[in-house]
Amino acid sequence: MLCMICKQNAAKVHLTQIVENKTQKVDLCEDCAKAHGVNDPAGFSLADLLLGLGASEHIAQSSGGELIKCPNCGFTQADFKKSGRLGCSECYTTFAEGLEGLLKSMHKGTKHIGKTPFALKQSRDLTDRLKTLQKKLDKAVNDENFEQAANLRDEIKTAKEKIGHLAPT
Amino acid sequence: MNIHDFLKSPAETTRHHAPHDRIVMSSRVRLARNLRGAPYPGWAKKIDRVKSLELIRPAVESLPQLHGAFSETMDNLAVMDKQILVERHLISREHAAKGAGSGLVLNKEESLCVMINEEDHLRMQALRPGLQLKQAWQAIDEVDSDLEKKLDYAFNTELGYLTACPTNLGTGIRVSAMLHLPGLVLAEQINQIIQSVNKLGLAVRGLYGEGTEALGNVFQVSNQMTLGEVETDIVERLNKVLLQIIENEENARALLIEQKPKIVYNHVGRAFGILANAHSITSKETMNLLSLMRLGVDLGSFPANERPLIDELFITTQPAHLQKQFTEKLGAEERDLLRADMLRERLLHVSRPVAKLPPNGGLLDKRN
Ligand SMILES: [Zn+2]
Ligand SMILES: [Zn+2]
Repeated sequence: MLCMICKQNAAKVHLTQIVENKTQKVDLCEDCAKAHGVNDPAGFSLADLLLGLGASEHIAQSSGGELIKCPNCGFTQADFKKSGRLGCSECYTTFAEGLEGLLKSMHKGTKHIGKTPFALKQSRDLTDRLKTLQKKLDKAVNDENFEQAANLRDEIKTAKEKIGHLAPT
Repeated sequence: MNIHDFLKSPAETTRHHAPHDRIVMSSRVRLARNLRGAPYPGWAKKIDRVKSLELIRPAVESLPQLHGAFSETMDNLAVMDKQILVERHLISREHAAKGAGSGLVLNKEESLCVMINEEDHLRMQALRPGLQLKQAWQAIDEVDSDLEKKLDYAFNTELGYLTACPTNLGTGIRVSAMLHLPGLVLAEQINQIIQSVNKLGLAVRGLYGEGTEALGNVFQVSNQMTLGEVETDIVERLNKVLLQIIENEENARALLIEQKPKIVYNHVGRAFGILANAHSITSKETMNLLSLMRLGVDLGSFPANERPLIDELFITTQPAHLQKQFTEKLGAEERDLLRADMLRERLLHVSRPVAKLPPNGGLLDKRN
């Protein structure tokens, strides 16, 4: 078995880390293990290592290789291979497909469920409300309940105006 | 303003009591945020970095929480001053290496510190002494909520806050605590603890030193995953694990005192002997011996009111803090001499350690 980093020496160090039922494996030669601080139980983090290893390949495979360039900042997947960092926030759209597998191996989930900027949260809540109102309206029209339909149209109008006032998100 | 006039003296910062501060030295919550569309600092050209800095810095300075803060660009700070900020754990080593286009905003209480253009456009952190993760999270959450009204954050509903490194994606949160664990190290249980904490998806690393070293028995525990979990759950999970580690450390200490008191008091006594009498001592050795003296305070070998002094020496014996007291540039060997001078002087009035031995005098350690 060859070392995953240099792909030249025989892998002598085999690591497995189980994080929340996900098994992550790394095989390294002694030199590369040392270079990545693997001998150091306190400093070593498998996620950091995997990032340097698998990430650029993930991106290469699924987004058309090294030719893809972020239209906003000019970043390429070769640049990612070098630094393990992206070029700008748009890069997440540019390299979206390739990043998915990487994120899965690195995080608890692939969908954000934490804090959301307030303005964005507000507009999302209003959008949800608008959808509900629209459904009610359809039903009211179907049922020929015209008085209720008129009220719902007013409510929808107000909700739409509110969304228009919010900062663009 | 000069950073030295702004920073509190180490004596002042170590004086106060905080929850669980026998074992937890400090708590920290850091959030990573970025501007929409602007190139990340590591990829940006200098002109773009300066542009981001000029946008972010006034926004941060205008926050009520940072009223009267110290605010400076990194190229205006001397190398030694940056090093002092690193030794105080206020900025990262990476940030200390930055120059033009990066900045720092630090509040008067030294409880909020914002790094501008480190790896991300914004790395804001709340710091608290002892175990106070929830308080730190609330403080930084508030700063973030105020700042989002002034800056256009890179955020997407699927992936959350978009960070330079995918390891920080989502919440951009890093919750961490600095722990003093001499009991687990002496009892040789530390590797086992590190492994089980790793299995919970948390990282443990030595705070000082490089490679395999964990100088001064100080460890940092932090979350690794940032996406797919709510901030408060991450804080709560780490808090639970920390309480467990505190219990393990207390148990390890109790067992050591019960079974091997002579070994423990030998460590404490020798540590004091060397620190109080040496004429040359490295920063590394100092840290390891101060750790044992700190343990001695917890075990009652030294009076409890000596702990602030030990914590202060943890800070002031580090290279940049030591250098600061002298005008001419010191070499490593000269520093070792001056460090020893300082330690002898500061420890002059500390009474010799008392060994609280069990009834058998600890002559024979129980074997089991
Ligand atoms: Zn190799
Ligand atoms: Zn980009």
